[in-house]
Amino acid sequence: MSSTTALAGARPRKNHLLSVVAILVSIVVFVVPFAFIVLTAVKDRQQASLLDFSWPHQFQFVQNFVAVVEARDYMLIIAFINSTILTVASVAGMVVLAAMAAFVLQRKASRWNGLVHFLVLSGLIIPPAVVPTIWVLQRLGLFRTMPGLILVEIAFGLSFCILLFRAFVATIPRELDEAAIIDGAGPIRLFFKVIFPLLRSVIVTVVVVQSVVVFNDFVNPLYFLPGDKNATVQLTLYNFSSQFTTQYNLLFMNILLITIPPLVMFLFFNRQIVAGMTAGAVKG
Amino acid sequence: MATTSIHTPAKTRTTVAGPDRGRLRSPYSTWFYLPAAIVYGVLFAIPTFASFYFSLTRWSIFESKFIGFGNFVTFFQEPALVKGFTNTLIYAVVTSGTKVVLGLLLAVLLTSQIVARGYLRSVVFFPVLVSTIGVGLTFTVLMNPERGLINSALSVIGIDGPGWLTDPKYALLSVAAVDVWKGVGLATLIYIAGIVSIPGEYLEAAKVDGASAWQSFRRIILPLARPATVTVIILSLIGGLRSFDLIWAMTRGGPGFTSDVIASVIYKQYQAGFYGLSTAGNVVLFVVVTAIVLPLSRFLNRKEVEL
Amino acid sequence: MNTSRMIRSRTTALATLAITALALTACSAGSLGSSEEGGSDAVTLNFLVDNADQTLKTAEQLGKDFTAKNPGITIKVETRPAGSEGDNIIKTRLSTGDMTDVFLYNTGSLFQAIAPKKNLVPVGDQPFAGALADNFKSTVTADGQVYGAPYGGFMGGAILYNKPLYAKLGLQVPKTWAEFMANNAKIKAAGVAPVIQTYGETWTSQLFVLGDFHNVSAAEPDFADKYTQNQAKYGTSPAARKGFEHLQQVHDLGYENKDFASAKMPDGLKLLAQGKGAHYPILSAVVSELVATYPAAAKDVGLFAIPGDDAAKNGLTVWSPGGVYIPTSTTGAKLDAAKKFLAFVASKEGCDSQAKAGAVTGPFAVKDCKLPTEVPQVVKDMQPYIDTEGASSLALEFLSPVKGPSLEQITVEVGSGIRKAAAGASLYDEDVKKQAQQLGLAGW
Repeated sequence: MSSTTALAGARPRKNHLLSVVAILVSIVVFVVPFAFIVLTAVKDRQQASLLDFSWPHQFQFVQNFVAVVEARDYMLIIAFINSTILTVASVAGMVVLAAMAAFVLQRKASRWNGLVHFLVLSGLIIPPAVVPTIWVLQRLGLFRTMPGLILVEIAFGLSFCILLFRAFVATIPRELDEAAIIDGAGPIRLFFKVIFPLLRSVIVTVVVVQSVVVFNDFVNPLYFLPGDKNATVQLTLYNFSSQFTTQYNLLFMNILLITIPPLVMFLFFNRQIVAGMTAGAVKG
Repeated sequence: MATTSIHTPAKTRTTVAGPDRGRLRSPYSTWFYLPAAIVYGVLFAIPTFASFYFSLTRWSIFESKFIGFGNFVTFFQEPALVKGFTNTLIYAVVTSGTKVVLGLLLAVLLTSQIVARGYLRSVVFFPVLVSTIGVGLTFTVLMNPERGLINSALSVIGIDGPGWLTDPKYALLSVAAVDVWKGVGLATLIYIAGIVSIPGEYLEAAKVDGASAWQSFRRIILPLARPATVTVIILSLIGGLRSFDLIWAMTRGGPGFTSDVIASVIYKQYQAGFYGLSTAGNVVLFVVVTAIVLPLSRFLNRKEVEL
Repeated sequence: MNTSRMIRSRTTALATLAITALALTACSAGSLGSSEEGGSDAVTLNFLVDNADQTLKTAEQLGKDFTAKNPGITIKVETRPAGSEGDNIIKTRLSTGDMTDVFLYNTGSLFQAIAPKKNLVPVGDQPFAGALADNFKSTVTADGQVYGAPYGGFMGGAILYNKPLYAKLGLQVPKTWAEFMANNAKIKAAGVAPVIQTYGETWTSQLFVLGDFHNVSAAEPDFADKYTQNQAKYGTSPAARKGFEHLQQVHDLGYENKDFASAKMPDGLKLLAQGKGAHYPILSAVVSELVATYPAAAKDVGLFAIPGDDAAKNGLTVWSPGGVYIPTSTTGAKLDAAKKFLAFVASKEGCDSQAKAGAVTGPFAVKDCKLPTEVPQVVKDMQPYIDTEGASSLALEFLSPVKGPSLEQITVEVGSGIRKAAAGASLYDEDVKKQAQQLGLAGW
């Protein structure tokens, strides 16, 4: 309700009362939980177990950090390496495969188009069938392997990427294609040398959005890549939560550490994320 | 697998793309679908079709035996599983409804003239990017009935807070609230995009005509932000119906079965080794999502055209 | 123009190359860390155990002592989550043939569920099999073949209680449920929580039901067999339903600690050790963690069996230790080494090694093994039950392959007042039915 009153008095000058209220509420609702994570992460074990929102008696940042990193034979490091491989490889795969499919889908009218559209939408809506996917992966010898999980992430992420790419390809004039073809370019050269570079801005969007999705993915690694050796950061955090039942400082240090990559992403790509998510969401 | 699907373009490059043939053939080769189609087909379409068969079997890791609709009968007879079914609907409706309302209000606020707008936008959006498991574990601690921050804060003003996650009355709704906390930023963002694209003259004109703030919200912003509303509803409904990780991180469906949703039931049956039953749950979820989302999106989009 | 295009095409080509390379090498980092095996004589056995602190310590101690005796064979410990997540990992790894060379897993019904005949190497022909306690041997036997070596000691599913508190209030160890409840009333009047429950970890909620099995079989001696054949049920057998009813009573009378719904096992141990809670129905295996955190509890915390209706027939429900198994995927030199390892685990030296790691939670399942002289009171209190004829019996899960996966959720509901005892018992029967059908048992 209060926000509508903002409109009334808004245009000429800033509404200071409303601003103060909004900022206070935002601090309580959004800043305090993050501050709680940071504070608990640097406390000692006794104080952290009180679970209260207080200033640390002593700062144990380095000690807690080392303890978390060393836990379970440097599991967290392995998890970060795994998550990085997973994110980079599957996002790269999504970008290439989705851009190719979206390009033909947008440019060429054929009897396949209806089917492709249907499949793309199905991919957005249908929840993946978990156990049969495991069954297929087992048949292919890819169950519990990183390539298997990468392909699964690609398969589940394709639909969203194709929609984004298709909307963007539509804005590239066909004349460019024709010019390239007259220059003697075949389909492959046309796509990879002319079109693909022009997709840069939407590629950035897809990369940013999907990296966050894949990096934060918990369900797919849980089902398709179980086992300590293959742990990803989200699984590691989940497992730590049962191991650190009495060491909240270490649990929150872990949460803090895996929040850093998205934070960095956010600081660098704030504008693209916002632009990309809205563009994709509204058009898609 | 990985290598073949990615090699395909390289192979076709040498064979198809001679300069002469390029001019004769359509430059938009249908083969471009192939790599995507293989990955999607093998790992998404085939399992989806296979799930219809496997949902009719009693399936252990070593063999499957056809038993007809037995799994579905079990699924709908067991109170625990039915509970998961109704909880899924409640969860999806509550989260998406709240996201629509809060997202719209926040978007109006964040497009108005207020101080620190950039900070507010960032702070509302940031939770969208944070790991769901991290958020879930953090709020589990904040919602601890005895020592948690929320109940300590409430006791300061004399309220004896409930066991947010341990009282069956509140467990599901508490998780839903955290879902909203984490997801409202995306809804807000979509609404901001919708509101910003409304031409400024409309609001100016309304103001000149003496329209109140409520009137211009009701008559201009609300109808023109409609595409954004459709997007928010559909996205958050799909997300809500399929939701698993937050619930699993916070309550694991507990206490007892009181906050189970279809996705957590699927996972529990999978863990127990009841693969047929788990897959039947998947089919149920598939039907529920399709039966709700498809007609709804048709309906919402049609209305949009009429406007 | 031309050059820029060249550069661009080159970057695209590079990118494609990089992606291909990534896809090719996209193995997980876990394999980066593992060192390859050394010379031809050296054998490394990977040993998969659950990630509980005590299990891990014991596994490492066993590995160290085994290598000291058998130079040339090293044991490398790998961990997995405990509980149903762990079950799942065991099953999938067995079915995909990439199980570790030896692994630790439950005995009894969970052992039956991993298809031992198909997946495990029988060890009944090994000399150590003769030295196994019969109670244990039956829980690692399938189709007449023995498959496992015991890991740790027998455990009791019983009530741990705070002895100083009992002394202060002048209470006696109860032999019947009525006496137990009378004690609870006095304890509550003294301002202490009579029964500790910790539903933050759901498995801890099952003890009133599972630990009551000795009393069930005292009342209905053929319950286990009939239960396997779908002739006896929790919902209809008065004796078996008692466990659920007890749980409901404790909740209805407000005997639980205030934070029972969110507390976890360490919280429960703390209440018990500090005398803020009197009784904790739990597996005696927790004693190692209890004593490690609160040294005084070694003397202050005792154990008694979950009381039933008949004082004369009261006795302890016993859990068989875990088993160390060899999967069929282990072959050649590794198989020989694995058999040696199992023999070591089931030997006197193996028991000593486990005791050294602090894992003594009850009597060993190997005939030659004696408990160390200094053991916690909880373990001492178990001994009379085990030594007396007919005062102990194995838990149901070791006598019948049927165990439903949702018992812990159901007991949480009954113990929190969400579901009544009778409804909980019937719901569990439904849960059990799914498992029995999945196993393809006759009569379901």
